[in-house]
Amino acid sequence: MSLPGASAALPWQLSDTATRRVRRRKRANVRFQVYGIGAIVIGLAILAILLATVIGKGTGAFVQTRITLDVAFNEKIIDPDGSRDPVKLGQADYAALLKEAVAASFPAVTARQDKRDLQKLFSGDARYELRDMVVNDPSIIGTTRSVSLLAASDTDIFAKGSMARDIAEGDRRLTDKQIAWIDELVAKNALETNFNWSFFTNADSRAPESAGIGGALIGSFYTLLITLAVCFPIGMMAAVYLEEFAPKNRLTDLIEVNINNLAAVPSIIFGLLGLAIFIQAFHLPRSAPLVGGLTLALMILPTIIVVTRAALKAVPPSIREAAYGVGASPIQVVTHHVLPLAVPGIATGTIIGMARALGETAPLLIIGMVAFIVDFPGGPTDAATVLPVQIFLWADSPERGFEEKTAAGIMVLLAFLILMNAIAIYLRKRFEVRW
Amino acid sequence: MTEREPDMMPEAEVEAETPETQYRASFSLKTKDAAGTGADAAVPAKVTARDVCVFYGKKQALFNVNLDVAQHRVTALIGPSGCGKSTFLRCINRMNDTIDGCRVQGEVRLDGVDVNQKNIDVVQLRSRIGMVFQKPNPFPKSIYENVAYGPRIHGLAANGRELDEIVEQSLRRAGLFDEVHDRLHSPGTSLSGGQQQRLCIARAIAISPELILMDEPCSSLDPIATAKIEELIDELRSRFTIVIVTHNMQQAARVSQYTAFFHLGHLVEFGSTEYIFTNPTEERTQDYITGRFG
Ligand SMILES: Nc1ncnc2c1ncn2[C@@H]1O[C@H](COP(=O)(O)OP(=O)(O)OP(=O)(O)O)[C@@H](O)[C@H]1O
Ligand SMILES: [Mg+2]
Repeated sequence: MSLPGASAALPWQLSDTATRRVRRRKRANVRFQVYGIGAIVIGLAILAILLATVIGKGTGAFVQTRITLDVAFNEKIIDPDGSRDPVKLGQADYAALLKEAVAASFPAVTARQDKRDLQKLFSGDARYELRDMVVNDPSIIGTTRSVSLLAASDTDIFAKGSMARDIAEGDRRLTDKQIAWIDELVAKNALETNFNWSFFTNADSRAPESAGIGGALIGSFYTLLITLAVCFPIGMMAAVYLEEFAPKNRLTDLIEVNINNLAAVPSIIFGLLGLAIFIQAFHLPRSAPLVGGLTLALMILPTIIVVTRAALKAVPPSIREAAYGVGASPIQVVTHHVLPLAVPGIATGTIIGMARALGETAPLLIIGMVAFIVDFPGGPTDAATVLPVQIFLWADSPERGFEEKTAAGIMVLLAFLILMNAIAIYLRKRFEVRW
Repeated sequence: MTEREPDMMPEAEVEAETPETQYRASFSLKTKDAAGTGADAAVPAKVTARDVCVFYGKKQALFNVNLDVAQHRVTALIGPSGCGKSTFLRCINRMNDTIDGCRVQGEVRLDGVDVNQKNIDVVQLRSRIGMVFQKPNPFPKSIYENVAYGPRIHGLAANGRELDEIVEQSLRRAGLFDEVHDRLHSPGTSLSGGQQQRLCIARAIAISPELILMDEPCSSLDPIATAKIEELIDELRSRFTIVIVTHNMQQAARVSQYTAFFHLGHLVEFGSTEYIFTNPTEERTQDYITGRFG
């Protein structure tokens, strides 16, 4: 149905200038979209390159090369007086045992230097594997067993194909002879690669092939435990008080502004603060998760307060009114109604704050958590390192074998960060309350 | 409450012009004036407000309001938006306490006791007064929990069975039980708007209040739900005293026995509903009721 008077002179016949304007507008529209999509593509490409390099470099660390060798557990070397005393068994010369076994497998190698080079195919830690076998089961003394022993880092790199064999001998870490021996082992089916569990169960080591991330994982665990235990209750109480009970006056305004500013302070400053307070003033142990956790708690606290307040603010005032209306006391209003509704928001914020603490390096360097630590920390006061610092230490090491450990460490850290953020997203989606 | 037709209030001329006497005069006189409601003048007052002034920061929202709320009657508060009806309502159960910068002067007495007294426990006060808000605001919990919450925190039920009884009775009185009896444990927010509002009424009466304050309870409801709630208000009157804010003149006329007209923070006129709607003294009241401004 047409309206009266709606006829030929409709404004749809555009003048030339109007047509041009429309065309220009459409072109601007398209241009804007192209820029937007371009920006996203560039961002994704950079992310893809990052992930590809890290994964490409790091996956090797999850696989470990081992050499199978017939080892004669010679009683003369291990337990010359036949006492089977565990202490003595633990102190025996397993290097000699290994040397003997290697020599027995390669009877053709006789020259001193060659023998030494042959030894170098095995990890320096292989002898401890032998020791552990004997200590765990002394009855193998006197027998000959086929034992799978940890290969040296260079052997490992070569076996994984990361070392070219056709370059000049002086330019690579393995000599021609060593490569020939490895080929011999491969031909004998004595070289195997399997999943590297020890990467997760070992602590740091000077030898790349036996360095693991387990110590750092435990260190991170203790550190985050302290951080959470300190900053969650304090942050939550501060936020609840400021949001629900504090009078709105100039003082609380000032506090609010300062909390927001603190959330943006560079983390290294919190490290200096932690050093001054916890180590210099309170004489807490250096390099310990206790101090690291407290320092990170200082850093995360403003974030937790801000996020918690935002979550509390998001609870509609009508719910508070309803609760006051039936005669709930202010504390009942908060604990029965406001807090339960804010929990998903608080949990999400806390997890994201903890993820930030997990990835933080700078303040921990300042309080001395950069030490090289071979032992597992037994508690929050033992010296320990944490994931990102471990990565930093490995990245700093000259040995080639640490390259893949560095990348693998980054993968583990990323996996934890993604996991934590996924939990945060899940919580937010799952417990989102709609009004 | 300033200018009055002299012939309408002989008593006011007799007594001294204190706010108190002014008030009493207007209250009793205008009530009597409405035909056939003479008996109502003898009804005791549940709430008496004297010289109530409310400030939000520096801004004054209520000016010297004097008003009596009759027991077991429905008192309607009408007036244009922003005139202070909600503010007055919130003075009675001290909900203004929860607003920063809000200051209340004057006295509001519930059964003769000043609610603003220092030794009055505000939680106890609110447990005697039910409140229903403009927008239905059930707790995001189950229907049962919504109603049971008040009785539980005030310890009104000795055991679970008693609580069940209170919940059922409250839902019945609010006219909701038959609609929800098979889904008491589904969330209160899953109900329709009208059902939610009745749930809120059930929640308010579950704490056995003496007084129910309703701030535009029907403003977000359709005519059918509104009719249900009006019916409900009429029934509730026998047990409770009700103060209701409404923008709907017909509603005020239908459900209330007394009407107070507010304008710009002043109580302009107060009397029996019949009186206010048929023969108001003030021109502003007349204009507002007939829709000439507002
Ligand atoms: N929290 C507050 N802070 C500051 N001023 C307020 C606040 N609440 C109400 N006021 C002011 O007080 C005056 C009275 O408000 P009130 O809410 O009592 O009006 P009302 O009569 O209920 O209006 P409506 O019919 O629109 O609900 C208004 O001018 C309003 O702007
Ligand atoms: Mg209002």
